[in-house]
Amino acid sequence: MSDRLPAFGTVRAAGSSDRRFLTRALARPSLPAAVGLVVVVAFFSLQAPALRTVGGLATVLDVAASLGIGAVAVALLLIAGQFDLSVGVMALASSLLSALLIGPGGWPVWPALTASLLAALLVGVVNGVLVVNTGLPSFLVTVATFLVLQGTALAGFEAFAGSTQVRGLDSAQGWSSAAAVFGSFAEIGAGRFHVALLWWLGATALATWALWRTRFGNAVFAAGGARQAARELGVPVRRTTVALFCLTATAGWLIGTLGLFRLESVQLSNAGLGTGLDFVIVAVIGGCLLTGGYGSAVGAAVGALLYAVARQGITLAGWDPRWFQVFLGAVLLVALLTNGVVRRRLKARPRS
Amino acid sequence: MSGVPASEDATPTAAAHPVLELRGITVRHGNVPALNRVSAALPGGRITCVLGENGSGKSTLVSVLSGLQRYDEGELRVDGVPVRFRSARQARDLGIATVWQDLAVAPLLSVWRNFFLGVEPTRGVWPLRRLDIAGARQTTVRALARVGISGLDPDQPASSLQAGERQSLAVARALHFGARALVIDEPVTPMTVARQTLFGQAVLAARAQGLAVVVVTNNPRYAHLIGDRFLLLAHGQVAGSLTRDDVDADDLTALMAGGEQLTTLTDALTELHPELGDR
Repeated sequence: MSDRLPAFGTVRAAGSSDRRFLTRALARPSLPAAVGLVVVVAFFSLQAPALRTVGGLATVLDVAASLGIGAVAVALLLIAGQFDLSVGVMALASSLLSALLIGPGGWPVWPALTASLLAALLVGVVNGVLVVNTGLPSFLVTVATFLVLQGTALAGFEAFAGSTQVRGLDSAQGWSSAAAVFGSFAEIGAGRFHVALLWWLGATALATWALWRTRFGNAVFAAGGARQAARELGVPVRRTTVALFCLTATAGWLIGTLGLFRLESVQLSNAGLGTGLDFVIVAVIGGCLLTGGYGSAVGAAVGALLYAVARQGITLAGWDPRWFQVFLGAVLLVALLTNGVVRRRLKARPRS
Repeated sequence: MSGVPASEDATPTAAAHPVLELRGITVRHGNVPALNRVSAALPGGRITCVLGENGSGKSTLVSVLSGLQRYDEGELRVDGVPVRFRSARQARDLGIATVWQDLAVAPLLSVWRNFFLGVEPTRGVWPLRRLDIAGARQTTVRALARVGISGLDPDQPASSLQAGERQSLAVARALHFGARALVIDEPVTPMTVARQTLFGQAVLAARAQGLAVVVVTNNPRYAHLIGDRFLLLAHGQVAGSLTRDDVDADDLTALMAGGEQLTTLTDALTELHPELGDR
């Protein structure tokens, strides 16, 4: 008996390669964001000529870098069908903890950074385990984390440091080597390009590779797009989700650390829920579906760039910066509508 | 594979230990038992049809066999060895492949990613371990050709497949990964005769390879056509465990009205597997 079954299934000719290329290009999650970026760049380079200088480029990339690091991590989480609003406060809290350990605590820099990274990972694990085990919406769980973390970080910092800021961190042991990794920059013309840029590009490249070329990436897509199917096929959905919450926590820590070495001091300030929301907005502008299962890290990076160009463009054009919120809201709405169309097109299929 | 559909004298080891064996399995959802002390032996080279009304515990049984559902009491044995699956992954590792009622196809993933979801082939060593994409694509195309689907781009998203093609994908996947047992939970929605024939084909091919085959179906007449043994479930309990000798065609057929679809199905299957006509 041969193990080959006679052919009687639907045989369909492969579509022409032109059409497939077009479909694939249109299927790229980052395409709408890329189109938006071109439009925004064209518009603001006319309205704000200062944007076209090296200095303008440097400030844009600076904004985009720290936003992009968080957005790439949040994009992965969104693809897996989860939310994290605590990234912004994670950045604040880890920089405060590092500063506290280095300054008043007198720790060397590297152990202090390791400690704050571990603390961030702990919060990530708590987020992830809560979401996975309770089945509560991650949106609400991370809002709770946000509140607890912000209150703890601000009150704790002031109690231990005795003031609202810590200065003179650069005299600590190991500062120069850590500053080379997190705080160095290159001056090109009038622009100062920070090392955060490299971290951002690295994070985007790594996330893209992981998404499309590893088993982890497959699990991320499946966990968001078809959770029941993923469970039925034995994909480790829970482990993947917890790992992703650790990833966003790490991204928050990285953003905080980069900021710490940039300013060489910390100042107490409210992170606000908006900072955490920005990452989600940028990821959605980059083409991630809020329902999960679809999106890309490159899209999130493009979204961060779009955000940064618009914000700097409005400042450099001399407009009231509050118009930026209007702009961001409008772009978000357009992105949501576009993503909705994409989603319908992807899901339009006969049910069986 | 030289095996013909196994006759009563199966290999001694298979006779000693059924491929899958349930011993007093109880699954409770709250206070209500979805399965209540269910015992059954599912030997290799046999097709066991599980019949019962909706809510009789058929799908829970599938979940238990596939490692998705943990059970509160009892024992599940694979080749005589007690196992306790903690995820569907472990059942798959033991060669128990399932065609799920919802087909378990992720619409936004490409065909080949769906085919290998959860058991992706990789190459390279850890931090650089990556998917073997070329190999996965090839295997997918070959496995799909085996169930009669050709000319499909393995890179197209599963959402672009027609309903029947998605069923074929799920069947091809189960046939490819099933080394010990094939569990089929048939879609509740009516299937075309061609699709039902595909499922029948898959079942017979798996039996010929000596797999333990479990078919959950709502159609007693179809069950009698392909099944060697019949497990009747009612309210989570075994209401009857019959072999082909215990029931004749009419006993099961009488349970279901309407015969036109079955006649066509019978013709299609007998044509491809003449040995069915001897029954």
